[in-house]
Parts: sequence; C-alpha cells; structure tokens
Amino acid sequence: MEAIYDVLIIGGGPAGYTAALYAARAGLKTLLLEKLSAGGQMALTDIIDNYPGFDEGIEGFALGMKMQSGAQRFGAQTEYDEVISVDFGGEIKKVNAAFGNYLAKTVIISTGASPKELGLPKEQEFLGRGVHYCAHCDGNFYKDKTVILVGGGNSAAADALHLSRLAKKVYLVHRRDNLRATKIYHEPLQKAENIEFLWNSRLQDLCGDIKLTSAKVQNLITNQTQEINCDGVFISIGRKPATEFLQGVLALDDKGYIIADETTKTNIEGVYAVGDVRTKALRQVVTAVADGAVAAHYAESYINGSY
Amino acid sequence: MSAISVNKNNFDQIKASENRVLLDFYADWCGPCRMVLPLVEQIADEYPQYTVAKVNVDAEPELAQAFGVSSIPTLIVMEKGNVIKRSMGAIPKQRILQLLED
Repeated sequence: MEAIYDVLIIGGGPAGYTAALYAARAGLKTLLLEKLSAGGQMALTDIIDNYPGFDEGIEGFALGMKMQSGAQRFGAQTEYDEVISVDFGGEIKKVNAAFGNYLAKTVIISTGASPKELGLPKEQEFLGRGVHYCAHCDGNFYKDKTVILVGGGNSAAADALHLSRLAKKVYLVHRRDNLRATKIYHEPLQKAENIEFLWNSRLQDLCGDIKLTSAKVQNLITNQTQEINCDGVFISIGRKPATEFLQGVLALDDKGYIIADETTKTNIEGVYAVGDVRTKALRQVVTAVADGAVAAHYAESYINGSY
Repeated sequence: MSAISVNKNNFDQIKASENRVLLDFYADWCGPCRMVLPLVEQIADEYPQYTVAKVNVDAEPELAQAFGVSSIPTLIVMEKGNVIKRSMGAIPKQRILQLLED
C-alpha cells in the first residue's frame, strides 16, 4: 500500500520549497518531487540581489540549498524523480514519475519554466556547438571570439554584458528598436564598446557544417539579410512553462501557463499552481515564495474540509 | 565510490576501463553543473558496473578541447575508448542512466 501524502509538491524551486516549509510546519505529511536539484531556475542565477534579507546578495544555488534544508528541518521530504503524468480525477490525486508513483490529498505544482527556443532548423543540431541558452555557463568558451546574443529583456541584457566582458565582439539582435530590459542595464550596455546593436532584426538562419560559423540576420524594416561570421549564438528570448505533462489535465493559458489567481487555486479542487508556472504579472523569487505560502494555506484548509 | 577526478595523468587509465565510462565535464561556477554533479556522484556510488569520472574544464582545458566540449555540463559515455553518447545541459538522473544503458 503506497503512502498517501497530505501535500505533494512538484518542483523544488523557491515556490516549491516554500510550500513545503509551510505545509511541513503546519504538521502536514509533505513530499516534494524534484527532477534535478533544489533551486530550479534560481540555482542557475549567479547572484540574487533582489531577495530581501541578503544585503550583499546571495548565490542562487546557495539560496536554493538553504530553502531546501529549511523545509527539511520541519520534516518535508524530497524525492529526486521526474513526473511523467498525473491523474487528478479522484479525491486522491495520483502522480506518476520515472522511479515510482505517488498518492496525495493535495498537489502543488511548482515546475517553473525553462528557456524558450527560437525554433530555427539547425538550432538543435548546433546545441552546445555554437548554440547556447546559458551565457553564464558557456560564455567562457567564447573568450576573444565573436558571438550573437538574441533577445531584449532583462536576462538578455545581463547576458550581453556578461559576454561583452569575455568575447571580442557581441552583436545584440532584437526585434524591436529598443530594449525591454529595465533602465539599470541601458547605460552599461551603451558604454560597452564591443557591443553592436542590430535593432528591428531577427535571427533567420544558422550556418555551418559541424560547428556554427555564421548566422543570417534579417532586418524586419528593410527586409534585407546580412550574414554575420560568428562563433556562437546565445539565445535569451524568455521562458516557457514546464506544463507539457498537464496538457488536457489543468486549464492552461495560450502560452501554457497554469491559470490561477493569487489564491493559487487551479480549476481542480485541491490542486494549486505556484511560482513561474502560474499566470501572473511579475515572476520573481519573492513572488514565487509568496505563492508557496498561500498554496500551503489553502491546501491545509482543503484537507480540513473547508475549501 | 565517488566519481574519479580526471586529469591528464589518469585519463588513459579511465579510457581503458572494461566498464562503460561516464564523463561529466563541469565547472565549479556553473549552476547546471552543480545541479548534475550530485546525480553523477550518486550514480558512481550506486552503479559499480560503470566507471564514473568528472572533468573540471577549468583545470583540464585540453581534455575539454579534445572532446570538443564548448557547453557545460556535457555528459559523455565511452565504451572501449570510443565516445558512444553525448548529452549537453542538466538532465535528470534516470536520463543519465538511460544514456549509460542504451
């Protein structure tokens, strides 16, 4: 007979481990499933400067570990397992994962998001051989080389700055005529002498035999295409929610985010969505942890018979 | 057993292993590498039928270059000295095991 958990949490980022902390502290039998390691996207962030309480900033990876051990201190358990499918049809929810199946009265989904791909024909082929999604991880392989960065948001701006300190030349390709990134990035980007902005442009094609050697960039106003010799392309065009396993199970919006308001309640009773995977205005560590606390609160109420 | 740290001196010995070899190319400052390394260490501990080793790309840039590694983490499976599988980015434990098993 498999154990029935009060609260089963899918995903061990800040939202998930905060839900685990609150649920475990409320005395609920709590299990968190994590496919890789604690922290989620936060663990991939070098330094977090906008999570209050850490006046010198804190490494994202370290903060993830702290959130995990904080939840475990009150008895929350972690299993390293990747969820494949779920069955929320009955009163007891079923979660099927690679190493086992799990049962729970309530489920909190905190699967987060991952980098969005451009969808170019050779993007997969050149993955790790010229095409990259993590400037922080792979930038070092492009010391004194020429790279293209695609994107215009905060992550793209931070990536462009990081790459400009390593690479000989950085082309920033963005489909608009200005950056969506917050003002704090604009001045250092303009000051970086080796960044060239290609506004109103899109990456059209990746070229090369075994390795990427050039890329075609199309100007969306003039429609003209130029081929730029480059060693690497870094793609930083936003994120997509990790909800493939929830298609047809939960109500998702057209981008795949789980539809839930600030109560974190989904369209199924006893199932909650927290953090970046939920429809929300601001995706930050602080808003993710807030969701975790709220979801644990409603999960407790639901278990006690008041929804 | 924990994963063997690879350097130029012990690499030939690891390459010559009778077992399938899992190589994890990583760096200490790389987030996804730090996510994968504990899983690689678990596999080293739980699956004695594989030779599990890790390559710090900062300490061993020649090895990284020899394997054409330009993205980390990169996981490489070798058999009888030949590369038979390669995977880039952080992947869950069962997918690493799949790489080793197929």
